Amino acid sequence: MKKQTGQITLSTLLLIVILSAGICFAMVALLTNIFERKQEGRSTIMRVVEIDDDTSDPAVWGKNFPLQYDDYLKTADMIQTTYGGSEAIPHVPTDEDPRDIVSRSKLELIPQLKRMWAGYAFSKDYREKRGHAYMLTDQLYTERQKVGQPGTCIHCHGSTYVAMKELGNGDILAGFEKLNTMPYSEAKEHIKHPVACIDCHDPDTMALRITRPAFMEGIAAYKATQGIKDYDVNRDASRQEMRSFVCGQCHVEYYFKGDQKRLTYPWSEGLTVDAAYEHFEKEEFKDWVHAETGAPMLKAQHPEFELWSQGIHARAGVSCADCHMAYKRVGAMKISDHHIRSPLLNVNASCGTCHKTSDQELIARTENIQTRHRKLVEVALDALMDLIDDINKAKKNGVSEDKIKEAQQWQRKATFYVDYVEAENSSGFHAGQEAARILAESIDFSRKGQKALR
Amino acid sequence: MNQITRLKLKTVLYLVIAALIGGVIGIGTFTFGYANGASYLKADSKSCANCHVMQGHFDAWVKSSHGKFASCNDCHAPHDNAVSAYYCKARNGFFHSLAFTTGDFEENLRITDYNRGVTEQACRKCHADLVHQIDILAVGELNKDSSERLESNSCIRCHSTVGHDT
Repeated sequence: MKKQTGQITLSTLLLIVILSAGICFAMVALLTNIFERKQEGRSTIMRVVEIDDDTSDPAVWGKNFPLQYDDYLKTADMIQTTYGGSEAIPHVPTDEDPRDIVSRSKLELIPQLKRMWAGYAFSKDYREKRGHAYMLTDQLYTERQKVGQPGTCIHCHGSTYVAMKELGNGDILAGFEKLNTMPYSEAKEHIKHPVACIDCHDPDTMALRITRPAFMEGIAAYKATQGIKDYDVNRDASRQEMRSFVCGQCHVEYYFKGDQKRLTYPWSEGLTVDAAYEHFEKEEFKDWVHAETGAPMLKAQHPEFELWSQGIHARAGVSCADCHMAYKRVGAMKISDHHIRSPLLNVNASCGTCHKTSDQELIARTENIQTRHRKLVEVALDALMDLIDDINKAKKNGVSEDKIKEAQQWQRKATFYVDYVEAENSSGFHAGQEAARILAESIDFSRKGQKALR
Repeated sequence: MNQITRLKLKTVLYLVIAALIGGVIGIGTFTFGYANGASYLKADSKSCANCHVMQGHFDAWVKSSHGKFASCNDCHAPHDNAVSAYYCKARNGFFHSLAFTTGDFEENLRITDYNRGVTEQACRKCHADLVHQIDILAVGELNKDSSERLESNSCIRCHSTVGHDT
């Protein structure tokens, strides 16, 4: 086509067509996006199924609460933080243990633990903790099962609320007592899911509620130390307290009391490590006898709730959920993130609500505390190894029975103190100074044990 | 190709272009209206909460000490001249729209350095009598653009919650 003055060439025309079509396209896309954002500002919950007090399957709840359920399923992710989380290790499935992925063995990472627990199931198998999604499988296939575990364990490793109700004909306390006395292999037959919606939520109102009898009794015992009589947690707790209490149903130090194997939280004297130790002394309780020294031992287990309660965040009224289930925005809705995980994987939403600074700075602050903590744990464990060596030597050299007994008592106490923060899942962060004090005490108890043998 | 077909083809093309340009204008006008575009040219604080992402800030501002006296723009837009005020609105408008359209922003919003500077100066507009003395004592030199003054003698480092506590 020959170009003439005052006329537009065909290609220019085509260019204009393409250009304006592109602009139209972009504008309609923007328009649609604005429309979607406006829609987001509207509806929230669509109830599509009926949920009642016997619905233990979280997938059913998930039909009404898909956002929360999707996040809940993400607890299957395995992510490492500097001092926590878990590393996925391939595992060849066997008949005994069909898992194809496990987490790293802590006994290999921290060799002193094996000796600290000599003669106890934990010296056989102790791994990094994984997310809630694994609570049931990791409990089923741990080699600690070979020693034979009571049904009590299921109290926290599965969704037991409905099972307890059924076993107790509507009375969860009766059901709880039944589960405690069963062997684990029998108890697990009553459980289908890991911890689920119904374990923390009232199905009618979605309000938080406590379903674990051991916590009801434990918290009542603790409140009694503060002069509060007949404390009923579901009646008396504030909403903000509940945002920690529901976690405290399981993330606590506990023991199996008496022949009934009744799950008990040692809070009759208070929530500190000293109070727990005092409780065990009064009960004359021991978990096992140390294989090397013959000392009557205690095993501490994940007292996150107790250590958190001694820390600055608890003092400031910050709950577990504030950091581990930080609010997130989905459309115009504000929901709690049910992907329960380390706040270090979600710094802006977790810490940033109060701490107006960069993610890097907040991670650095946290890891500062944790690095110092790890160093102290190493020192305390080494001190304990020295004490075990000395007791063994003293036994060979015919040191008097009384002195050995006294040293064994110190070993029991030193172990409980160091184990208390080692088994706790925050590498000291939940209460940095309290954790440091506990470790200092542990080192001192090991020293006193060595001194007793002189 | 003969003359007549060429003319027809051209006519058709011109019509298509005219229709497209009209379409752009039509859709553009509708989008602008639907998104309350005009509200952003005014200074009504409500328009800042057109997008629900700012609803929390808006609610907190209503209840704050400044809620009855200062609008969003009073603290978040410059007061020196209209050019920099509209530059600020355009700049934030663009980046806010981009973030909100793509969804690429964090839960706890952080103010940028540019906007912190704007707000820091805005304090000094209303509270000049008071702040003048403090600035002179703290920094000595009253240079409006002195970054030293903003860093060493910042109002909102301590008074961060007067506007809205989020």
